[in-house]
Amino acid sequence: MFSEGMFSLMGTGLLETLYMTVVSTVMAYLIGLPVGMILVVTDKEGIRPNPTINRIVGSIVNLLRSVPFIILLVAVMPVTRFIAGTTIGSTATVVPLVIAAAPFVARMVESSAKEVDRGVIEASLSMGASTLEVVLKVIIPEAKPSLIVGAAIATTTILGYSAMSGVVGGGGLGDIAIRYGYHRSQTDIMLVMVVILVLLVQIFQEIGNIIARKCDKRIR
Amino acid sequence: MTQTPIIELKNLNKTFGTGEEAVVALDDINISIYPGEIFGIIGLSGAGKSTLVRCMNLLERPTAGSVIFDGTDITSLSDKALRNIRRSIGMIFQSFNLLMQRTALDNVCFPLEIAGVPKKEARSRARELLRTVGLGDKEKAYPAQLSGGQKQRVAIARALATNPKVILCDEATSALDPTTTQSILALLKELNQRLGVTIVIITHEMKVIEQICNRVAIIDKSHIEEMGPVDEVFRHPRTQAAKKMIFPSGDVVEEVTGYGKLLRLVFDGNAANRPIIANMVLKCGSPVNIVFADTKRIDDKIYGHMIVQLPENEEKVRQILTYLDMEEIAYEEEEYDVQ
Repeated sequence: MFSEGMFSLMGTGLLETLYMTVVSTVMAYLIGLPVGMILVVTDKEGIRPNPTINRIVGSIVNLLRSVPFIILLVAVMPVTRFIAGTTIGSTATVVPLVIAAAPFVARMVESSAKEVDRGVIEASLSMGASTLEVVLKVIIPEAKPSLIVGAAIATTTILGYSAMSGVVGGGGLGDIAIRYGYHRSQTDIMLVMVVILVLLVQIFQEIGNIIARKCDKRIR
Repeated sequence: MTQTPIIELKNLNKTFGTGEEAVVALDDINISIYPGEIFGIIGLSGAGKSTLVRCMNLLERPTAGSVIFDGTDITSLSDKALRNIRRSIGMIFQSFNLLMQRTALDNVCFPLEIAGVPKKEARSRARELLRTVGLGDKEKAYPAQLSGGQKQRVAIARALATNPKVILCDEATSALDPTTTQSILALLKELNQRLGVTIVIITHEMKVIEQICNRVAIIDKSHIEEMGPVDEVFRHPRTQAAKKMIFPSGDVVEEVTGYGKLLRLVFDGNAANRPIIANMVLKCGSPVNIVFADTKRIDDKIYGHMIVQLPENEEKVRQILTYLDMEEIAYEEEEYDVQ
């Protein structure tokens, strides 16, 4: 049922999916990590409570999180064209992926950071640590295992989003599944794509869990 | 004492919340703590003692009043200047608050890192400190691999890293078993004597105060009820709050029935060698009922402490009191209904 051309198509699709997922995850963290930290620090229980900033940033995050990805994908097309020069292909898909994932990442980071024992933060403040030092030397390292598990969840979520971008010609495994499985009714190809996506999710999640367990010094 | 205090709290007030919901945690607190002393603050939970100690390094900002550290009012300092001052004030906690993802050595390095000490120098200083607290062989261990007492030792080494003038202890032994508590208190006392570091201890356990403090303040319902040298406060507690803290024997007294006066006697080291009660009974010819007895070690001196019920006969009571006066035994009448 699969011709040789099909295999090379799948190979390209897999690479495109991995490319979109990894690049988007990294960029989503570049934005989401600092934003998440701002949310934690400015929280009313945080080390620099600032209700105004907290509310503004929180609202933007919630706003972006509440738009379904499939709509966001279409809605941000002008932005995508401006940044990537085109709206089709995997590079173009990175733009909506990052816009959708960054706020999600920010909330994940926020929840991991809030798990850090308040007492440890208080102790570092008592030693004269600045806000930035508390974030970089205490909150992030102490929350590391939880942050890594969160990163695995974020990666798999972004992987799922990337498949959705097939609808607008975004490239990758999802694109193949939609073109062949939906438009040409080749169910077998669609099933293969789904199986590959399922496997990818399992692999990413498991890798995340293993690294998190390895680096956590609390359990010995 | 004529020296200048290292920490001075003046008219300190702390109120949480505003308007109707406002809760007063500290009300007009005035305390002077002098260099080199071990100062205890004792109170029941909810008395405000944790808030009080947090005001000393401004982890908690007082609503009013001033906190003078080593001659500077730190409530008016900039953030940066305050962070500098905080390096001269070490702090240890009930739950140790170590960084769980760092080794013992790296935990001790942490305050040095913040102070900008070069890494190599920081590591060798941290090693030396771990040896000082008796954990020279545990530098690579993570907190999860250490016992409670060992964790507190790491925390003490960490608090000492920047050569502080003061160490604040917030219920530092409350999570430890009695034997470990003893060893941690002994370590604190040793550090106090060897390094001359001033120690402020917050606790709800009178035993901690008795064992290592020079002076004590008793805090109750946001107020300082009583303050003075430990043996003096112990021998002549003036306030009800102090009595309750020092002699948690209220339950014993409550169960006693009868009309005879209750007398609380305090024997110092000398009197402990003589059979005071036996002689008293023989001399006055009337038995007394021993309701409660205990010994306490304060500042390396042993004190006996006893509550006796006297006969109802007024004449006998007078005789007994005269005898006690003659023997120079401190006594005080105890009320039946100790609140």
